[in-house]
Amino acid sequence: MTAATLLRRPGLARIRTSRAPLSLLCLGFVALVVALAVLAPWIAPYDANTVDLGNALAGPSAEHLLGVDASGRDTLSRLVLGARTSLLGPLGVVVFSTLAGVAIGTAAAWRGGWLDSVLSRGAELVFAFPGMLLAILIVSVHGEGLLAPVIALAIAYLPYVSRLTRSLVLAERERPYVEAYRVQGHSGLQICLRHVVPGVAPVVLAQSTINFGYALIDLAGLSFLGLGVPALTPDWGRMVFDGKTAVQYGYPLSAIVPCAAIVLTVVAFNVVGERWADKVSRRDG
Amino acid sequence: MRKTVLEAAGLHRSYGSVRAVDDVSFRLSEGGSLGIVGESGSGKTTTARIVVGLEHADSGRVVIHGRDRGDRRRGRAERLARAREVQMVFQDPFLSLDPRTTVGGALRETLRLHFPGADHGRRITELLDQVGLGARESDALPRQLSGGQRQRVAIARALAVEPAVLVLDEAVAALDVSVQAQILNLLGEIRAETGIGYLFITHDLGVVRCVTDEVIVMRHGRIVESGPTARVLAAPEHPYTRLLLESVPRPGWDPRRIAEARRAL
Amino acid sequence: MNTLDIQALRLRLPGTARPVLDGVDLTVGARETVALVGESGSGKSLTSRSVLGLLPPGASARGTVRVVGDDVLAMSPGQLRVLRTGTAAMIFQDPRAAVNPMRRVGDFLTESLRLNARMRKEAAEERAVRMLEAVGLTAAALRAYPGQLSGGMLQRVVIAAALMGDPALILADEPTTALDVTTQAEVVALLGELRESFGTGLLFVTHDLGLAAAISDRVYVMYAGRIVETGPADELFARPRHPYTAALLDSTPRLDAPRGRLAAIEGRPPSLREELAGCPFAARCLYATDVCTRQAPALLPLADGPARLASCHHGDLVKENHR
Repeated sequence: MTAATLLRRPGLARIRTSRAPLSLLCLGFVALVVALAVLAPWIAPYDANTVDLGNALAGPSAEHLLGVDASGRDTLSRLVLGARTSLLGPLGVVVFSTLAGVAIGTAAAWRGGWLDSVLSRGAELVFAFPGMLLAILIVSVHGEGLLAPVIALAIAYLPYVSRLTRSLVLAERERPYVEAYRVQGHSGLQICLRHVVPGVAPVVLAQSTINFGYALIDLAGLSFLGLGVPALTPDWGRMVFDGKTAVQYGYPLSAIVPCAAIVLTVVAFNVVGERWADKVSRRDG
Repeated sequence: MRKTVLEAAGLHRSYGSVRAVDDVSFRLSEGGSLGIVGESGSGKTTTARIVVGLEHADSGRVVIHGRDRGDRRRGRAERLARAREVQMVFQDPFLSLDPRTTVGGALRETLRLHFPGADHGRRITELLDQVGLGARESDALPRQLSGGQRQRVAIARALAVEPAVLVLDEAVAALDVSVQAQILNLLGEIRAETGIGYLFITHDLGVVRCVTDEVIVMRHGRIVESGPTARVLAAPEHPYTRLLLESVPRPGWDPRRIAEARRAL
Repeated sequence: MNTLDIQALRLRLPGTARPVLDGVDLTVGARETVALVGESGSGKSLTSRSVLGLLPPGASARGTVRVVGDDVLAMSPGQLRVLRTGTAAMIFQDPRAAVNPMRRVGDFLTESLRLNARMRKEAAEERAVRMLEAVGLTAAALRAYPGQLSGGMLQRVVIAAALMGDPALILADEPTTALDVTTQAEVVALLGELRESFGTGLLFVTHDLGLAAAISDRVYVMYAGRIVETGPADELFARPRHPYTAALLDSTPRLDAPRGRLAAIEGRPPSLREELAGCPFAARCLYATDVCTRQAPALLPLADGPARLASCHHGDLVKENHR
């Protein structure tokens, strides 16, 4: 059934593993990051915005395990609290793009005809337009805040999901069991919601997991450009931006730590998603 | 003469220049069993799909209990009424069940749709019992069942709707001989008990002989011969029917002569 | 020397309680047509595939499978390649699945000779034309794509491909099941003619006892990985001596049998996950007694005639009761 392939970005597509220990490690890392984000207020040793200028740019110590940034804020606390924003944004992107993408893709494949043409061409149009550019455009019109970039990226990611869903549903609706339900008198909507969508769901969710990583990079990129997240909110992309002057003075830690967090999280989500997709295709094959 | 339950009149269906179904008419009496035999490309499956409503005829009518099925009003009540006229059992029991729905779940779904408010648990047991399955199979997913068991489930699901006519499209072709005999016997019992009418699509003349009262022989979309099964098989009038009969392998069979007869036809 | 000589072939798959093939003995002589009959899961396809050394992953095989004297189970990969391209050829059930739809028929026919036997293109094509003519097609078919041919024509192409390496043995695994009855007659007639003109042995694997009886010299009936009965086709068909053969005949809807209820075989074949102490058919057998569940019957010669064997404790009862 997985004649439909997942949509991947060129470089990241190669980050996958068939070796069980590594993918388990990645799954563990994803779980760890999510746990950190959920429990952040109780774990973080300091308030994220407590400024201690006298201690600025201090290296790792017993009090500040990952050191202090140029404004004298504890890097570990900002990293832990930043996990919330950094994961919440991509989550919003993925939830919205998955729901809307599945609805659009299913409708296009099921009804076919003009509806398919309109929806598919529309999705391709969005696909052709760079997502980041769209986000920058919306943010510059809408102003600061997390909501605008999330909506912009959700729209940009929608075609990933809708195209995949469309091809999966097209294959699924050709299966004889769908005809059997039709003969039984079930309506198209019932058959879609109860049988077709649950059938294609695992593959779509695998795609969404991979999308999560991409959205994380994009949102971090926007934060780095100073778009989206307000200045004082702890966020990994924002932390890299704040730390870049410190790097020039020879204190790289406050920028490198969030960088590493971003890279590791993206890679982990990617590996988990790919592994999931492989499993689904093997089960169906 | 018994009352007519299904009547097809002047069915036509073309795909481009190919006439898949060309002026096909037949009638099925209440509680009767009509076989449609033919080889691939004879139009027998397309005819069945037109009767069920999975294909549209270019022209012609399908009437069940005096109601024209071509009358395409929309809406839920209409859809359910149409489903109660005809049900279908498909060829491949591996593909005609949703792999993610349990046997009991699939039956319950159908019963909920057609008989809301009734005692579904009891009816499910009854239906499974009717096709020779038990409570253990009720909780099983299709992949945990054998081909014969799956085909029993497909039959139970069709019966759940309580249709007037059951269309069986090569329903035993994918099964092993010993299992096929079980299912054919089961179908005979069900017809005797319920008085449901069968439209039996098959390529197998032995099966036709076993389960039908009347038969029509199709070739290239047209009916070449029709009549009571016993008469058609014992004294075929059309050379094509004779060729089909001679093609059935048996001891002392001469495939070379059949190959020649086929080329001559 | 027999073209094919299988002795005590036992095949075990990982994760099963009993062997999938349990002591199979089978021979095919030169120019002989032998049918191997059984239902799905009986092991008939595994038997024919093992002749080409095509074993399922993880399988362990014991016994001997000799093709023109050479033991297939002891062959190196190189020897197996020679066997598959030359000595023995296989025809599969679905010709559409056996042919690459993107390549022309000519490429399909000549590929293995050019790659494995290092034959020149012209010579290989010349042979391909000869073989196409032998199966009743013309040289024009060389340029055709599989999609342009009907199922019956494509099965002829597959048969022509099987003949390309001048095999001593052809293994046909349900070669007519996907075809119409009238086309089946043509393909069977063709296989018969080819056997006469090329002198090959033919092992015909099928689920159809009627077809087996109609075309073969001898028949083997298989059940749950064992040969339960064998003999000349017409005799076995007229006077079955194993309850399974008898029941299989009775449950087939035939044109010449009385109408009405079929004598179905209730139950299903034993699962591979359970061990078998006695006769594999005992649970479904009308004649079964205590001894059947305790002790597996051996495949023993019958007094009925030469080459007649059956493995049943109650073979005489079957003889009396069947028709």
